Amino acid sequence: MEKKLLRFTVNEAPYEIYVNPKTLLVEAIRDHVGLTGTKRGCETVSCGACTVMVDGMAVKGCSVLAMQVDGMKITTVEGLEKNGKLDPIQTAFLDEGAFQCGFCTSGMLMSAKAFLDETPKPKDEMEIRRAMEGNLCRCTGYNAIIRAIDAVAKGNYREDKQ
Amino acid sequence: MIHDFTYLQPGSVKEALAMLAEHKDDCKVICGGQSLLIVMRQGLVQTEYLIDIKGLNELNYIKYDDKGGLKIGATTTHRAIEKSDVIAKKYPVLVDMEHKLASIQVRNWGTIGGNLAHADSAGDPAPVLTALNATVKVGSAKGERTIPLDEFYTDLFETAMEPGELVLEVQVPAPAPKTATAYQKFNLLESDQGIVAVAVSITIDAGGTCKEARIVLGNAASTSIRAKNAEAVLVGKKLTDALFEKAGEAASQECEPVGDIHASEEYRRHLIGVLTRRMAKAAFEQAKKMG
Repeated sequence: MEKKLLRFTVNEAPYEIYVNPKTLLVEAIRDHVGLTGTKRGCETVSCGACTVMVDGMAVKGCSVLAMQVDGMKITTVEGLEKNGKLDPIQTAFLDEGAFQCGFCTSGMLMSAKAFLDETPKPKDEMEIRRAMEGNLCRCTGYNAIIRAIDAVAKGNYREDKQ
Repeated sequence: MIHDFTYLQPGSVKEALAMLAEHKDDCKVICGGQSLLIVMRQGLVQTEYLIDIKGLNELNYIKYDDKGGLKIGATTTHRAIEKSDVIAKKYPVLVDMEHKLASIQVRNWGTIGGNLAHADSAGDPAPVLTALNATVKVGSAKGERTIPLDEFYTDLFETAMEPGELVLEVQVPAPAPKTATAYQKFNLLESDQGIVAVAVSITIDAGGTCKEARIVLGNAASTSIRAKNAEAVLVGKKLTDALFEKAGEAASQECEPVGDIHASEEYRRHLIGVLTRRMAKAAFEQAKKMG
């Protein structure tokens, strides 16, 4: 199988890798780039554990051919922390105890991040719940996760409040 | 495990159609891949050549004018449809349908052309677009043709497209006066496919008589289907709750659902009846308010 050159940016670092064209985005990130924060879960586009951001949009890494993100900017959970400082959504997850086994967490964080970037002021809790419908959690339940996102949306984690 | 394939990335529609003409039965087209990659991983689909049209921006557009109606290019994402101002204004049911389609992640990458071509009877867009009297424009190296959406599906995961043809565009006529369309599906998780789904479009005249009705059932047969007996119950009549009930009964009889782990055949027929009644009434109530 002829390998194809894939050029993309992961968490602001440029990569040039040769992949079998059937490689999925989640595989390129985990197996080629070596960042394993993005999880392989159901692999049927259901659970959202593999969620990453492509040019700012949340997508499921298990259902995107890696070749399709050629030239694009990928953000994974490892890219949320900036200069040793956690992203507000990460701090909020910690404060609310929004995880138990943690397997869904990176996907939850990426969906939450993409949502908050797009919708800094959600009109109600239901809007947050709808935005997170593509991510499943099988242990903690959703309330703590929704509370964490809501807390960030309400500005509780702004710099001036820390 | 996805089988190996030769990956082809055309730079234009013309190039894509030439590749399709060359490889015919030995190729598959991928756009967003939100459905195709699942069945490829399950080994249900394998292909020698995979033609990737996701990057074809010449098919990424939403255009509207009052004369020609709505034209959506095949590589337009679900999310673009969901967020389109002109669609929200002219075809609010399409925005409503997109909100109900899978999750944000899927809508961000999945495309309308891919969805329609995949021909899953449980897909959301086909029933709604059929109720809106949409047409699909397909092209091949030999030329283009249009196929009404209610003739587009021939069987489970089968379309009227010939080998070598590609979905280029979906076309929706400009909304007729006093017309409204409503869509609902029944499922357990909001982001799931419908166990069944019903889209109803109602046109009334100034006196409130039903001029036209299009009732389309999703996941109630091997393809999305028109419930023509149910439509006949409504057309030409002053619409009443009793007639909506009767239309629901007709739809539940003329559909051909199969039972599976989600619902028995009997339960699906029941749901079709209920949703047909409710959506016909909802469309009628909205149509009364339309200019």
